[in-house]
Amino acid sequence: MSVAAAGARTDDPGSRRLPDGRWHRMEIGFWLLPIAAFFLLPGFLVLGSQILIVALFALSLDLILGYAGIVSLGHAAFFGVGAYSAGLLVTHGWGEPLSGLVLAGAIAALVGYVVSFLVVRGEDLARLMVTLGIGLLLYEAANKAAFMTGGVDGLSGVVMWKLLGVFAFDLGGKVAFAYSLMVLFIVFVLMRRLVNSPFGLSLRGLREGGKRMPAIGSPVRSRQVVIFTIAAGVAGVAGGLLAQTTQFVGLEVFGFPRSAELLIMLVLGGAGRLYGALIGAALFMIAQEVLSGLNPVYWQFWIGLLLVVVVLSARGGVMGAAEALQASLRGKAI
Amino acid sequence: MLINFVGILFDGIAYGSLLFLIGIGLSVTMGLMNFINLAHGAFAMLGGYVCVAVMTRFGLPFLATLPIAFIVTALAGAILERTLYQRLYQASHLDQVLFSIGLTFMAIAAATYFWGPGQQPIQLPDFLRGQVRVLGLDLGAYRLFLVALVIVITMALVWLVAHTRFGAQLRAAVDNQQAAAGMGIHVNKVFALTFALGSGLAGLGGALGIDVLGLDPTFPVKFMVYFLLVVTVGGAGSIKGTLMAALILGVFDVAGKYYVPEVGAFVIYASMVLLLIVFPSGLYGRRA
Repeated sequence: MSVAAAGARTDDPGSRRLPDGRWHRMEIGFWLLPIAAFFLLPGFLVLGSQILIVALFALSLDLILGYAGIVSLGHAAFFGVGAYSAGLLVTHGWGEPLSGLVLAGAIAALVGYVVSFLVVRGEDLARLMVTLGIGLLLYEAANKAAFMTGGVDGLSGVVMWKLLGVFAFDLGGKVAFAYSLMVLFIVFVLMRRLVNSPFGLSLRGLREGGKRMPAIGSPVRSRQVVIFTIAAGVAGVAGGLLAQTTQFVGLEVFGFPRSAELLIMLVLGGAGRLYGALIGAALFMIAQEVLSGLNPVYWQFWIGLLLVVVVLSARGGVMGAAEALQASLRGKAI
Repeated sequence: MLINFVGILFDGIAYGSLLFLIGIGLSVTMGLMNFINLAHGAFAMLGGYVCVAVMTRFGLPFLATLPIAFIVTALAGAILERTLYQRLYQASHLDQVLFSIGLTFMAIAAATYFWGPGQQPIQLPDFLRGQVRVLGLDLGAYRLFLVALVIVITMALVWLVAHTRFGAQLRAAVDNQQAAAGMGIHVNKVFALTFALGSGLAGLGGALGIDVLGLDPTFPVKFMVYFLLVVTVGGAGSIKGTLMAALILGVFDVAGKYYVPEVGAFVIYASMVLLLIVFPSGLYGRRA
């Protein structure tokens, strides 16, 4: 089936043995990179925190698309719900960041829980349409409810209190970067644990052969509802982070381009691997920063072309290519 | 009040017939090849730009540009189908979606590059402007022309599918691809021809729709939902279903914008989600 094929590119050796949750040396090295960036590249911290936030958002899509095989064209809906929740909380007089973030995630998860029942019952096409429709619905809702959300002008005046009562958000983005990095890392650790758990394995089972899973006693629908809710919550946290660190919420958080770009990042990095989402988001954001500085129209053309090429040839994205390379090196060594 | 209502109904039908003209190609690609082509709107946009370009560069009259728009987009569709689309018929829906999003992005960027980001003006011939009085009602001449043209095209399509050899092959391929291939039907050729025809109709719809839908580089994304909606609600691969869905959608959208403008596009998106919940495989869908 098509859903199975969507994720069938996980011929990585890691999925063949049981996950043990041990941290690889490469992983530790990977997480040292943003810490190094914090000290070495002080001029790029604003872009850096954007990357971290988008990476968190991409991780949430990886949970449902890469692991559970649920296609979504409207994942920005939950990002937007989180962003507006966090933003509105501040404009209504509560500017404490951490509790605001938890609330943003909780509200997005609640919305995700309700929506999940509509999403899991259909096939690929119906899922695409329903997620797309809900994304557009929320966009319109935020647009029309201008008295609350500011409409097209966006929600400004999101002035945060000090983080932990100590660190004030600065213009250079130091606090925002460190804050985003901590949130991303904590969520990542939780998600890594989640996908390596028996629950995570059953999600992969759903992706690879959804029809066989009921036969071994796995409750398909409820698993999908649970993971969809979690993914929505994580997307909400990412949205909340964006609202808190940029101190602004624009309508575009709900936009279709945001959902589409998210898919692109995930495919670029490699779906179903967690790190693929992080790498894809970083590559995409950096390329966008560099190329759209030259000309925003060309940027859209190149990203379109890249997408076509990735789909036609480079399956599995960056991580897939790296794994193939690793596998061939290992093969030679033996 | 009643006159007003009839006028809105008529505008809705005109709008719906445009949606049908553009959406029918998408419906066939989804029904026949099981391909989710989000780039379908890009073909309609191409038709629109061809129409404008031919009119301004070569000074051809509007009606003469329509067949050119049809032929150019049909050719573009045929070329893309042979070179790119056909590689992805067996791919997952996710790959198809990503691929067609990529194509859409490229089309938007190319259109912005060549024609700029603004709306394209269209100079309709005099006899298609203004109002015509029919049975005591003032109807827009252009919308009347639109409805008439779509009726003719629909009848031609029905005839093509029901009474020609090609139509029989097409129906056989939709029903059971493998059996059709086993009976000696060149399914690939049928696919390519159908894709070209669907793209051409979309291009024609795009050219006809400049006055109603507008034309700017964001066209493929702006109306993507509408086309997808027509197809999923109507049931992929069904002419009757697509027509019904397009008309319902057209009337609802126009009436919604007229009577409850503050709710706006909300009506359409909400009805889409609801319809998909009630009819997961479309009004006339045959796939479960």
